[in-house]
Amino acid sequence: MRTDFVRREVTTGLRRNVTMTIAMVLTTAISLALVGTGLLAVRTIDSTEAIYADRLEVQVALTQDVSSADTDCSQPICQGIETTLQNSPLVESVTYESQQAAYERFQELFAGQSIADVARPQSLPATLRVKLADQDNGAEAVRQAMNGQVGVRTVIDQRDVVGKLFDFLGGVRNVTFALALVQAIAALLLISNTVQVSAYTRRVEVGVMRLVGATRWYTQLPFLIEAVITGVAGAVLAGVGLVVAKFVFIDDLLAGIAQNGVIPPVTIFDVLETSIWLVPIGAAIAGVTGYVTLRLYVKV
Amino acid sequence: MIRLERVTKMYKTSTRPALDRVSVSVEKGEFVFLIGPSGSGKSTFLRLLLREDLPTRGKITVADLDVAKLPRRRVPRLRQRIGCVFQDFRLLPNKTVGGNVAFALEVIGKPQSTIGRVVPEVLELVGLEGKADRMPHELSGGEQQRVAIARAFVNRPLVLLADEPTGNLDPDTSQDIMLLLERINRTGTTVVMATHDHSIVDSMRRRVVELDLGQVVRDESRGVYGVGRAQA
Repeated sequence: MRTDFVRREVTTGLRRNVTMTIAMVLTTAISLALVGTGLLAVRTIDSTEAIYADRLEVQVALTQDVSSADTDCSQPICQGIETTLQNSPLVESVTYESQQAAYERFQELFAGQSIADVARPQSLPATLRVKLADQDNGAEAVRQAMNGQVGVRTVIDQRDVVGKLFDFLGGVRNVTFALALVQAIAALLLISNTVQVSAYTRRVEVGVMRLVGATRWYTQLPFLIEAVITGVAGAVLAGVGLVVAKFVFIDDLLAGIAQNGVIPPVTIFDVLETSIWLVPIGAAIAGVTGYVTLRLYVKV
Repeated sequence: MIRLERVTKMYKTSTRPALDRVSVSVEKGEFVFLIGPSGSGKSTFLRLLLREDLPTRGKITVADLDVAKLPRRRVPRLRQRIGCVFQDFRLLPNKTVGGNVAFALEVIGKPQSTIGRVVPEVLELVGLEGKADRMPHELSGGEQQRVAIARAFVNRPLVLLADEPTGNLDPDTSQDIMLLLERINRTGTTVVMATHDHSIVDSMRRRVVELDLGQVVRDESRGVYGVGRAQA
């Protein structure tokens, strides 16, 4: 294989179709940037779930009378509930939070806000905070066990609250993947079209190559390399776009919730690692599309 | 060198075969004119030799290769044994004369050292020494056809197929091209030339295979273009 010949043909091909090449790079870049955004969303969802898996608790709120009468869970009703919970193999630990402790935490959480001033200790229930050993089945088991128990007002699974956040992140992921898919179809068609145009503009060369006995690979390789180069260029551009988007948009967008620890921040390492994946994805998509196009539509 | 045994070629779009049970044998070093009116099957004949198309029936052998049974990956090997020249030259307009000839060697992976040695030799053979750096549009029609012949011959093929190589040229230039093809033929290369040019066929007095409606209607060892003309 004469590499200088192939390199020369590729350079000529890319230069000759320069507007089409740019269009192909941009479309591929947008498509891959959306794929990258989707991958970052998946990554964020995974790390958010990992953060919350350790933190999330099931709260068993006690009725008003038990809450105010029993400040340290020493009386039979509260004791009974606590023992039931502690004996469950699905439960890791149980902590009692009295009305007063709940009030103090409430004051801490809403410090400086008007709601903190109007709250009174007796308006908050005492709770048994349950850490689960079994994250998958524990919450439902606790809910069933506590349902209808004397002294239990309600069972709150913090997962229900956080679930909305996961739903939102999952939605972001789905939308970006759907857009990426549509954009990827456009990119595929454009790559296919560009390969056909490229082969058409070089039909005399291709004809001569076939006649003098160039192998199929020799004839096809310049077109394939052109496609792969534009795919890789699109991936690099997408990577640069993601880095820029991180500093310009994502950091601002997530500033509040990331600082509060609601979701983990998207780091530059995350963006770079995702971007690196886009390069082989871009190369493979462009290469396979180019190859299939040459096989189906172009006699080389 | 070339053998067709009862070769028939049917195209899907036609009810009449383009070639109909054609049997022709061409020995090594022969010079054969393939004549006949348009649509008689001359181009199909040449396309089948190149494996551009497959015969519907029959067997074709070129340079000891069974053309129809050749696996696709070995088709380039067949084509490397055959040179081709066309009426429209098919030169690459953005390459120099030397570049056009070198291209035929580059694309089959010949090393630069070989190309640097062989290209000037073949340009000299076709009478284009000193014109390696010219662009095709700077040359006359006859010179452009010489470049095309140089490109077809540079890999020293066993067979040279020429499809109306003088179709775009004036009579004097056509004669020069024929002299060149004769010179190539004298090196031992088998030449098969499809043509409509009466005067060339008549003046050369070489073997003539005439096709009509896809059938061989005449095969003479030292023929002329028309039978009546031969008697005249």
